[in-house]
Amino acid sequence: MTQSVLDESKSAAQHAAAATASVPPLKRSKAAYLGRSPQDTPASPWNYVFLVVAILVSAFPIYWMFVISSGTDQTLAHIPPDVIPKSFANLSHNVQMVLGLTTEQVSGASSGRSFSAADFTNAFVNSILVTTIVTAGMLFFCSLAGFAFAKLRFKGRDPLMVIVLLTLTIPNQLGVVALYIVMSRLGWTEQLISVIVPALVSAFGVFYMRQFIQDSVPDELVESARVDGASTFRVYWNLVLPIVRPALGVLGLLTAVGTWNEFQWALITLGSGPHPTIGVALSRLASGSYVKYRIVIAGSLLATLPLILLLFVAGKQIVKGIMEGALKA
Amino acid sequence: MSATGGAQAAAAAAESAPVDATSTRRGSGLGKEPTALSDFLARFDHKVIPYVLIAPFFVLFTVFGLYPLIYNGVVSFQDWNYAKNNGWMGFANYTRVFGDAGFWHALGNTFGIFLLSTVPQLLLALILASLLNRRLRAQNFFRVGILLPYVTPIVASTLIFAQVFGRDHGILNSFLGSLGVHTTIPTGTFAGIDWRNTAATSWTAIATMVNWKWIGYNALLYLSAMQSIPKDVYEAAALDGAGAWKQLWKITVPMIRPMVLFTVVLSTIGGLQLFTEPMLFEPNPVAATGGTHGQWQTIAQLIYNWGWKHGELSYAAAMSWIMFFIIVILAGFNAFITNRLGGGGKR
Repeated sequence: MTQSVLDESKSAAQHAAAATASVPPLKRSKAAYLGRSPQDTPASPWNYVFLVVAILVSAFPIYWMFVISSGTDQTLAHIPPDVIPKSFANLSHNVQMVLGLTTEQVSGASSGRSFSAADFTNAFVNSILVTTIVTAGMLFFCSLAGFAFAKLRFKGRDPLMVIVLLTLTIPNQLGVVALYIVMSRLGWTEQLISVIVPALVSAFGVFYMRQFIQDSVPDELVESARVDGASTFRVYWNLVLPIVRPALGVLGLLTAVGTWNEFQWALITLGSGPHPTIGVALSRLASGSYVKYRIVIAGSLLATLPLILLLFVAGKQIVKGIMEGALKA
Repeated sequence: MSATGGAQAAAAAAESAPVDATSTRRGSGLGKEPTALSDFLARFDHKVIPYVLIAPFFVLFTVFGLYPLIYNGVVSFQDWNYAKNNGWMGFANYTRVFGDAGFWHALGNTFGIFLLSTVPQLLLALILASLLNRRLRAQNFFRVGILLPYVTPIVASTLIFAQVFGRDHGILNSFLGSLGVHTTIPTGTFAGIDWRNTAATSWTAIATMVNWKWIGYNALLYLSAMQSIPKDVYEAAALDGAGAWKQLWKITVPMIRPMVLFTVVLSTIGGLQLFTEPMLFEPNPVAATGGTHGQWQTIAQLIYNWGWKHGELSYAAAMSWIMFFIIVILAGFNAFITNRLGGGGKR
């Protein structure tokens, strides 16, 4: 052990002297880790370097959206490409183009080129609507069912919970053809309702809420409220909901991110209709014979910004949700 | 209020329950002795309401999850053209799928992209998680930062990656050009590689997008598992003088094996249904062809193409059903292999 400590302090010194890129990542001082769990080991400078690189790689495509949507046809043809956005006016122009607020002259054409003012703005509003309703529904239905599974006694409770868990493993994307037929029978295709209703409650949400309610709502509290004559729904509303608010926040955030970003089903059911969500609208913008990527990317940036804002405001909750959900699933 | 007795719909539950509450309280509070009505309501509240509360999940799952999956099987034996059924076809759709070169081609693409995305994704996620699993300053900044790809809409990130991987003006090719990588085609020479031209390069580009999107998310899953490893495991292992790298592979990874298994199954299910990236990597996404000769067309994209570009829903349904079994078998197989790999040669 002493030997290895000596070896390592030597190699640490070499590190400091000539920190070359040829040193493989993570092969660092063993001495620092002896007997300690990783969480108790202070991160080394290299550790930070790699993490910063990871963050830069994560952020690069989003930064690149800024660059592309701040360009003109001329600047985007530069070789090598400009790597710093030059003009805010261009960004503003491209954003206005995608929102249909302005036109631009196409060489050889008599009238200016524009996008329908309704399309992208409409899609944005549709996505907000869908995300809001789906998130609200998820929180309500999943917490109700989670409460029932965690705190109420009824026949068949445990087998039913097992069924909920089993449904988690079904890749139901693959029933999409029949789902489409079901929707067209209901007359819901091309309507927002076709992306809303199937998403209103999920097995994961029910399971997540059940675990949280089981752990955080004391049985005695529920019992005593019952003795006082409170109905089941009153217990849920006045007792359970206030306690599980943190879990609702987490579930809500994860649901909102997932709903805003959903594409495949939305394309199938809304693809050719008058009510696209934002993903569908973007894929339309990128299709066809006249495509200006600076405008398409300006649209992508607009679609991304709300979520970055959400991550900025509630990132800690989202991280917590993913990490907790992982342990519970 | 008893009229709501058989109410299944969640909306009914939401509306009727608070009213139940008031009338129950009035019954027991004012009268002091249970009336027939309040007795009934109390029993209703205990016996029926729990089922009403869980009904929305089961109703929605049955109608929009389970039923379509089964009905998908029925549709695959019929002849649907868009939303019109032209009768039974027996196994014709299935024999057609098995004889369809396009299907096998897309299956190959799907597996190729799947391998190129899943393996690096999970390995890098493990490394990233172990980097995060330290006493860190600005811990939340790093954890939140690596989620940027997770929150970015796949449509948006794929569209920007499509630019990055562009042949003539893509930043990546410009970078490769400065490293001296050039490609010569009959009409001239350009910097870098024509990413969309061949299967291998287009798979790499798409796999890069998938990796970018999911590494951070998986790293957080691994991190949460890593943090629940008891600390004394490491104390005991310290006697061997394990370094960080060895510690990761000899102690940490075997200890989080259930989570590794979970992510392997999750990314198998997700990876084999890859849709958005191959769709929007295409210069004209609405075509859904997966390249000039389908070099990156995945099964999910092929299903979309047959179902909604050609309107042959039954043929698409047969493919879905076959894919369903492939995914189930492969997810099980991968779980088994991962389990064996983790079990053998450790401690």
